[in-house]
Amino acid sequence: MAYIDPHIHMVSRTTDDYQRMAQAGCVAITEPAFWAGFDRSSAQGFFDYYRQLTDTEPKRAATYGINHHCWLCINPKEAEDVGFAREVISIIPGFLDCENVLGIGEIGLNKNSKNELIILEEQLSLAERMNQLVLVHTPHLEDKLKGTNLIMDAIDNTSLDPNRVLIDHVEEHTVRAVLDRGFWAGMTLYPDSKCTPQRAADIIEMHGTERLWINSAGDWGPSDPLAVPKCRLELASRGHSESLINTISYDNPLSFLSQSGKFSVK
Amino acid sequence: MASKLTQKEIVDKYFLEHRAKLLDIAAFLDRIDRSDATPIDFRVKAFMKCIDELQSGKQGRTQRILELLSDQSTEPIESAGTKGASGAVPPLDEFS
Repeated sequence: MAYIDPHIHMVSRTTDDYQRMAQAGCVAITEPAFWAGFDRSSAQGFFDYYRQLTDTEPKRAATYGINHHCWLCINPKEAEDVGFAREVISIIPGFLDCENVLGIGEIGLNKNSKNELIILEEQLSLAERMNQLVLVHTPHLEDKLKGTNLIMDAIDNTSLDPNRVLIDHVEEHTVRAVLDRGFWAGMTLYPDSKCTPQRAADIIEMHGTERLWINSAGDWGPSDPLAVPKCRLELASRGHSESLINTISYDNPLSFLSQSGKFSVK
Repeated sequence: MASKLTQKEIVDKYFLEHRAKLLDIAAFLDRIDRSDATPIDFRVKAFMKCIDELQSGKQGRTQRILELLSDQSTEPIESAGTKGASGAVPPLDEFS
C-alpha cells in the first residue's frame, strides 16, 4: 500500500534508503531545511543547500519513483545570530517558485531564546507575505512544552490560517493543545526521543486522526527511514482498519500538502 | 477511541518487550549506584519522580511524565548557550 513520509531529511540518507522506502510503498516525501549537525559559515552554504533540496535531491528520489518536495528556511539552531539569519532569509524568496518547494519550514524554536523567537517571527512574516504553507519544528525534550506554546502564540499574532500550518514533533503533552488551536499536528517516530510507533498508535487511539500525520524525520542521527511503514504495521496489528491507516499515512498528508498547489504523488 | 485489544491481548503482545525495558531501568539504576553516586545528577532525580508517577494508577501517565520532565517557565530565555537538550530540566544555575 502506498504511503507518504511528509518529513524526512534525505540529504543525510543513502540511496539504499530510497530503495528500501520505495519497496515499502513510499510514493512521495517532503524534506524540510534543517541543521546539518554543524553551523554553516556563510549564507552561501545555505544557497548551496537549497540548490541540493530543489535540484539534486528530487532527481535522486525520482530514480526510485518517489516524488520529492521540500521546505526552505533557516532552522532555529542556526538562528541565534540574528544578522546571519537575516542574510540567509533574504535568499529564500529566490527559491520559492521552484516546482518542488511547498513552503517555509522547518521553522520554530530550539532553546526558546529571544533571538530564536525573533527569527521565527520574521520567517512567519515571510510566509504571510509570500502566501506559503508553514512546517514548524518544536523543541526537543524538556524544551518542547514551553516552545510549542511560544510558537503557537507567535503564529496567533499573524494572519496565517492555522489550517495551513503543521506543528511537528508533537507528543502526549502537546498534541491536544495543537489540535484544539486549529493547527495540523505531526508525530515523529524516533527510537529514543519523540514518539515510538507504539506511542503514536496510542495517540491516534486517544485523539483520533483529524489533522494528524506521522513521519520518520529520518536524518543523520538515530532515526529510521522506514518508521512510517512500521507504524502502519503497528496499527494493523492492533486491529485498526486499512481506512484509518491510510488516513494517517496517506490521505492526511495529501490533504495538507495539496494546499500548496505543488504537491504530487504521481 | 478505546483500544481495540483486550487486556490479555495487550499483555500478550507487549509484556516481554516492557519486561526487558523494566530490567534495563533497574540495571541503569544499579549501574549508577556502583559509581561515585554523589551528588545525584538532576536527571536521575527527575527520573525517580517519574517512577513515582508510574505508580499513580491513573490514566495519563505518559503526559504527566513528559510534563514532569518539561521546563514549566513561559518566557523566552536571554540567549541559547547550547544547542542540545538534556531530557530533564537543569537546575537554574545551569540555564544559560
